[in-house]
Amino acid sequence: MTELHLALLAGAPRHGYDIKHEHDAWFPDSRPLAFGQVYATLARLQRDGLAQVVETRTDGGPERTVYALTEEGERRLRAWLAEPAAAAGSGADEIVRKTIAALHTGIDVRGFVSRQRASHLRRMRELQRNPPGAGAAEQLVREHVIAHLDADLRWLELATELLPSSGQQQPLRTATERNNP
Amino acid sequence: MSTVELSGVSHAYGRTQALRDVSLTVAPGEVVAVTGPSGCGKSTLLLLAAGVLRAQSGRVVLTGTDLAGADEAARARIRRRSVGIVLQFGQLVPDLPVLDNVALPLLLEGHAPREARAAAAGWLDRVGLDVPPTTLPSELSGGQAQLAAAARALVTGPLLVLADEPTASLDTATGRQLLDLLVTSTTAAGGSVVLVSHDNAVAARADREVRLRAGSVVHEVALS
Repeated sequence: MTELHLALLAGAPRHGYDIKHEHDAWFPDSRPLAFGQVYATLARLQRDGLAQVVETRTDGGPERTVYALTEEGERRLRAWLAEPAAAAGSGADEIVRKTIAALHTGIDVRGFVSRQRASHLRRMRELQRNPPGAGAAEQLVREHVIAHLDADLRWLELATELLPSSGQQQPLRTATERNNP
Repeated sequence: MSTVELSGVSHAYGRTQALRDVSLTVAPGEVVAVTGPSGCGKSTLLLLAAGVLRAQSGRVVLTGTDLAGADEAARARIRRRSVGIVLQFGQLVPDLPVLDNVALPLLLEGHAPREARAAAAGWLDRVGLDVPPTTLPSELSGGQAQLAAAARALVTGPLLVLADEPTASLDTATGRQLLDLLVTSTTAAGGSVVLVSHDNAVAARADREVRLRAGSVVHEVALS
């Protein structure tokens, strides 16, 4: 989730409340992000030099601390999106997170989808070349993994169909642009 | 020498551009998957590689012969000797019993009928099609016709097998067995396989994936 918070900060500096609402808008069918988690993550990002406080706003209400991505944070975000998620059942949520983050931040989403597809196909190929044990249980476990890889691959195909062409996608703003909206 | 090499190939059906400037080289022993959504040009690519369609621009070199300079008879001869084609619905000759359908490429090459039919019977057995040899294509299910088509494609020991959705009419287990047979029997003899499919399990059998969208290559990655 650390990197996803970086993606949520990539568009513009935000305070915790904004980040929570942006996250819930990106993933409307997922469990809403808890405020406590957002603030804990932001504190960690700041400690690690991935985000910095740029402003404290009151806007007539409670005081809100506005965070922005640092250059190190942007490097970390790009590195995260350059790597496909693990091609296993547990990687499924991460694939969605990365694809949506790439779409929103404008960081090479086609490249990401293409690398993820290759990574999944390689895993499927590996499994096909190593037959499971002869027992029903071993076969069922194997088929479960293959079915999930296939479902992810179909979802990635859909992503490819729905993606904006490279010219239409907004590039990620520079750190200076982002910190002076 | 590449088994087949397409360079800058384009093809249109009337005003519909099916392929735009596509290049693809398949090395001996290599298995390539051509994937993409319906209508992306996959089947056209396969028919051009087989010399069934003539490229309107660009160049196709099949087992060392530039198809641009070959007339229909020459192309048919190369196809018969070097290429095995498996199409989605089998495409068997309707009036010939299944055994003769499978023996046909050998019969056309002048092999003795007895020898050709014995080889055909062997391949029908290997693909797992257990029907009387006199069965007509109209009496076969879609899946059985696809198995017979695979046997017909493999009977000559081709240098290149071109398969268009080869497992589409088969259940998962039979599809996997057929794919195994197409790939292993061809590559073991140094032949190459091009699998056209939108099935990820088929694509995952390949050494390389070439993905088409709207007639152009959008992604090409090594899987091995």
